[in-house]
Amino acid sequence: MKFWTKTVLAMLPALLLLGCGTSGEVEEGTDSGVSSSSSTSGSGSSATTSGVGAGGAASGENMGEKEPAFSGDPLDDPNSLLAKRVVYFDYDQSDIKSDFRAIIQAHAEYLANNSNVMVTLEGHADERGTREYNIALGERRANAVQRMLALQGASASQIRVISYGEERPAALGHDEESLALNRRVEFIYNR
Amino acid sequence: MYKIKLFTNTVSGFYLLLLAGTAQAVLNIEITQGVEGAVPLAVVPFAWQVPPQNPQTPAELLPPKKPPIDIAAIVRADLARTGRFDPLPPKDMLARPNVDSTINFSNWRIFQSENLVVGTLQYLGADRYKIRFRLFDVFKGKQLEGFSLSASGNNLRRAAHQVSDIIYEKLTGERGAFTTSVAYVTAAGVGKARRYSLWIADADGYGPQSMMRSDEPILSPAWSPDGTRIAYASLEDNGHQVVFVQNIASGRRDKVSSHKGINGAPSWSPDGKSLAVTLSKDGNPEIYVIDLTGKKQRRLTRHWAIDTEPTWTPDGKTIIFTSDRGGRPQLYQVPSKGGKARRLTFEGRYNARASVSRDGKKVAMIHRMDGKYRVAVMDLKSGNLRVLTDGSLDESPSFAPNGSMIIYAASVGRRGILKAVSVDGNIHQRLTVPEGDVREPAWSPFAAE
Repeated sequence: MKFWTKTVLAMLPALLLLGCGTSGEVEEGTDSGVSSSSSTSGSGSSATTSGVGAGGAASGENMGEKEPAFSGDPLDDPNSLLAKRVVYFDYDQSDIKSDFRAIIQAHAEYLANNSNVMVTLEGHADERGTREYNIALGERRANAVQRMLALQGASASQIRVISYGEERPAALGHDEESLALNRRVEFIYNR
Repeated sequence: MYKIKLFTNTVSGFYLLLLAGTAQAVLNIEITQGVEGAVPLAVVPFAWQVPPQNPQTPAELLPPKKPPIDIAAIVRADLARTGRFDPLPPKDMLARPNVDSTINFSNWRIFQSENLVVGTLQYLGADRYKIRFRLFDVFKGKQLEGFSLSASGNNLRRAAHQVSDIIYEKLTGERGAFTTSVAYVTAAGVGKARRYSLWIADADGYGPQSMMRSDEPILSPAWSPDGTRIAYASLEDNGHQVVFVQNIASGRRDKVSSHKGINGAPSWSPDGKSLAVTLSKDGNPEIYVIDLTGKKQRRLTRHWAIDTEPTWTPDGKTIIFTSDRGGRPQLYQVPSKGGKARRLTFEGRYNARASVSRDGKKVAMIHRMDGKYRVAVMDLKSGNLRVLTDGSLDESPSFAPNGSMIIYAASVGRRGILKAVSVDGNIHQRLTVPEGDVREPAWSPFAAE
């Protein structure tokens, strides 16, 4: 949870306000980001929030703190770019913003080096506008991430694209900060 | 200009009482805004008549001790809900004439009641009932309509709505839609415990029946033109959107489209033989028509943009859909046999999710205005667009089959509720469920009979 929050903050400096916000709405929004991302993905869900399946999370964290060099699956390294699993978008847009290119590149390299690993790209939209259009918009965003992964060496067969549109918000508020958290593509590793 | 009169809660108390004890997803309907000058009228409680009995009558053949339903109360609620009528409360009535009485019109003129309905509910035996009623013009002292219909015990509620239909049509010249139904989706619970259900209820919110439940979202329910089947999109396959057609009576369903990518936004052709859908199997969302008998597909759009939310016009000749091919979502129209798409909307930067009135003259849509998403209606001939609602996150407009109202989804605080607005924008209703969110309303067609 704490780790997740850090990730979000690191990726979106504009959202720093969120962390020190005092209103219940904002905190709830942050909370639900975690629960929603873990609920949408079935078996792969534990990977989204903790980075690893049963038991591994604790040891991964310990190792990260004690040892500068991480040994094991790089996907479990909390200091790796691979720990960042969400790409955010502007309103009604699907262009990948420059802040997220390095993250996508890290995932592409990881997938290229681990051809047995599968990832689901889950596209989402904020609540504004109509539901089916937002399903399409979420898919368009996930496809944009998929194309970038493929260009950088991941195989199409490793990637599954789905879209939840506005159906699974990460944050429940109606404020711009919440909406920004909801316009996203999540990487969900199926391990 | 209309002056607006608020009479919140006039109807809701009644409904809560009536529906207590039934399933939890019951819709509670209240009028939040009606028109000044709603027509005052009186619907007298229907007299209860039973055939003469003798001491030898076996217990199972005895009539019910009291009328199984209050026909007049249902008719009053139906008429009040339209916002166009203001029924006199029974406690104020000075007399309770029935269908065989001589009417003393002065008893009704003092309340300014323009119309009077009197009636009788008669038990015929063997679970058969007869409803007789008369509609009067109080000021002329003249009968406008006299009618009788019969029903079994199970169908009495529907028969009461038929009485409302007859009265409404006589007084407004417009066909009533009180015997129709509404489909909607509810979502309750948070996080992993969130559950989605597709429901069908009477147009007055009564008798909701669950069509399907899922851990994953359900979208875009659409009635077949004969009202016997419902198509919808479901994400139940691990987030993969798939289109189903379900038989309402049997509950049996068929998966009609499950290609790679999006399979969504189903809309029935007026002949009930085809579905227009959105498929993204070619890489981005395009409009297709699926022949439901042969499962043949016909691709209607070819564009790198998002093309979605198709809806047939009632003549079956064209399909209206949402596309952002011009940079922003707007409505376009394409011949259903294929051809060039023509842009329909030019006002504002966001127009999506069309619903066409049954006469083919009006298109309701979600229109963005000052950053708010509202229901607007456009006259197809003139192109004039009018915003009907004042919400900020309105969605999924659906015309009533008589074209009088548009039901839609709205957001109040964090809750999803349904609302309905008259096509002239003057009458507003709010429809809520006791718990959770309700969304994706679809008004049924008229019954096929």
